[in-house]
Amino acid sequence: MAESKPKVKKKAVPIPKQPPEVRRHNFNEVALGYTEEQALEEANRCLQCPKPQCIQGCPVEIDIPAFIKLLREGKYEEGIRKIKEKNSLPAICGRVCPQEEQCQKFCVLGKVGDPVSIGRLERFLADWERARGFTVPEKAPPTGKLVAVIGAGPAGLTAAADLAKLGHEVVIFEALHLPGGVLVYGIPEFRLPKSIVQAEVDYIKKLGVELKLGYLIGRTFTIPELLKERGFDAVFIGTGAGLPQFLGVPGENLGGIYSANEFLIRVNLMKAYAFPEYDTPIRIGKHVVVIGGGNVAMDSARSALRLGAEQVCIVYRRSREEMPARKEEIENAEEEGIICKFLAAPTRFIGDEKGWVKQMECIQMELGPPDASGRRRPVPVKGSEFLMDTDTVIIAIGRTPNPIIQRTTEGLEVTKWGTIVADENGKTSLEGVYAGGDIVTGEATVISAMGAGKRAARAIHEYLMSKK
Amino acid sequence: MYKIVKAVELAPKIKLFEVYAPQIAEKACPGQFIIVIIDEKGERVPLTIAGYDADKGTITFVFNEVGKTTKQLGLLKEGDFIANITGPLGNPSEIRSFGKVLCVAGGVMIAPMLLQVKALRETGNTVVTVLGARIKELLFFKEEMKALSHRLYVATDDGSEGYQGMDFLKDILAEERFDRCIAMGPVPMLKVVCDLTKPYKIPTIVTLMPIMVDGMGMCGVCRVNVGGQMKFGCVDGPEFDGHLVDFDGLIKRQRMFLPEERLSALLWELGGCGCGGK
Repeated sequence: MAESKPKVKKKAVPIPKQPPEVRRHNFNEVALGYTEEQALEEANRCLQCPKPQCIQGCPVEIDIPAFIKLLREGKYEEGIRKIKEKNSLPAICGRVCPQEEQCQKFCVLGKVGDPVSIGRLERFLADWERARGFTVPEKAPPTGKLVAVIGAGPAGLTAAADLAKLGHEVVIFEALHLPGGVLVYGIPEFRLPKSIVQAEVDYIKKLGVELKLGYLIGRTFTIPELLKERGFDAVFIGTGAGLPQFLGVPGENLGGIYSANEFLIRVNLMKAYAFPEYDTPIRIGKHVVVIGGGNVAMDSARSALRLGAEQVCIVYRRSREEMPARKEEIENAEEEGIICKFLAAPTRFIGDEKGWVKQMECIQMELGPPDASGRRRPVPVKGSEFLMDTDTVIIAIGRTPNPIIQRTTEGLEVTKWGTIVADENGKTSLEGVYAGGDIVTGEATVISAMGAGKRAARAIHEYLMSKK
Repeated sequence: MYKIVKAVELAPKIKLFEVYAPQIAEKACPGQFIIVIIDEKGERVPLTIAGYDADKGTITFVFNEVGKTTKQLGLLKEGDFIANITGPLGNPSEIRSFGKVLCVAGGVMIAPMLLQVKALRETGNTVVTVLGARIKELLFFKEEMKALSHRLYVATDDGSEGYQGMDFLKDILAEERFDRCIAMGPVPMLKVVCDLTKPYKIPTIVTLMPIMVDGMGMCGVCRVNVGGQMKFGCVDGPEFDGHLVDFDGLIKRQRMFLPEERLSALLWELGGCGCGGK
């Protein structure tokens, strides 16, 4: 009999969370993280496969079984070192990576039950390390090369950290007044506390990286100037996809209608939830409508709820199955009382005499055959228009690449979508200029941007060292 | 941190700051703006650049103490610091030889207009300038403007100095041909000027400073309807064809946060720190 085979624990250890009725009134983190005991229990579920499948799902190729093994042996220091060989920002990735689509999707345990909660274990080690203070890793001897990194988001921070470790001098130019990019202006406090981003940025500063805030490259300096006049040997562009998209329907300029970017920038970056202690205001009405079905829509809806909205309704033109948001975030949102209205799209907004939105006209959709994205295309149902009362609308239908560098860098090849053309190592059409993250791929994930930053750092290093 | 090297009161509650910001001074052009953040709790305030000196490494801007941040800014003195200044932002003005140009400036925007007038003269234009203010006490840069312009008119809302309102321009426009009009000032003034120049088909360029947050195209709060298209004040502007701008829509959007702005300014005056005693 197969008695000797160890019993597989099919169920993952659940992560403690703030209860929905509590968390919908505060901006504190929703998921509280594993205790040591829980982390060890979950780590022990790992089968330590001789041919691990999980690693192929990780965009930065973390040796997952190795760090889990170290964790369950109680070697936390070695465990976090193992992760940091590949990933400089584990506390962030442990929280916002869509692990269910990446490492955990390939976990063998997933075939019989829940996959190992790799992300939660990564978070446990990262939080353990942060609590006791970072140690600065060893750096290669100085190479005498100077690299400019444009944008202090996930791609730029990763590239900067790796380049600094390789001994290069690195200056990050960030256009906003705080570092972090989408991690600080986009992702809300309750999903990724700003103190965690700050701690990771501090770690990168400890590596000797210089951070210049409020420098919009393309305006303050251009890329040709950085290379020819300011002594930089190479440039990495990680400027992201930060431009809002609007619907293009009548009434969109009415008061009370925000792009998700405006709404989230006010709330996250500018801390409008603490107005008037902080100067930037936000106004939330009673009936908030969020248009879109991605993570940004979920973040907007859940933020609106926390700011005191009576009712928050997400309006999405396809059905639940096609929603691009992480399943976990949809569940979190619904637990908190957010309503999802599927198969509907706005056709116009109606305002009051003061120019404030009061109603939204929608049209019912049905799903037709799949479109280019592989999802079923929504088709309007003739004559099915209906009205919804609303006083606050947040439009979360995607973001497009920031255009300023493309416009001010002669010879830089750009696609018709405005993204920068770069090979898998980030090499662009200009010598010494590399790019990665959303500015190359269009809006994607934090981890894929970090992967791109990592590969580009490697390529930049090779380029710099091969130059005399 | 950005050091204030000069602070001058130009008129009651209107102040000029010269700030050390060499990377901006080197790049600034007429028509561009900066974003000022006073401290770590501060909002991002767009202000039009009113001067720059690449050799000294300084830029100047002028502000009116109307809101919380500008009142707080007004308390700063020479030698004090501003947390962050980002710029130069927005597109530079188109400056070339147009012929005869009518420049109409109102309120604090008189300051950046001086930069425009200078540049227009340097490119060989004939410049007729109009300075406008609510009352005569709020006028400034009269002498500087007079020295640079071929002709100077002054107008106040109450008629305390010069003409009352902008109506006098009707007669001038009926008699003289202008090749271009540049208007900088409060939105209602821009609207009046555009209505006056439209019948004569004088290309009229207005500088718009709608509500902004990031000031570099990310948030879209500065969107304005120009000729039926959605444009962003920060990256598509700040200058637009005034005859195509939906001013009424813009005025409504500028009032969106009026209650919050008033509350913030009031608490600042009462409590000094804006926290309301918390």
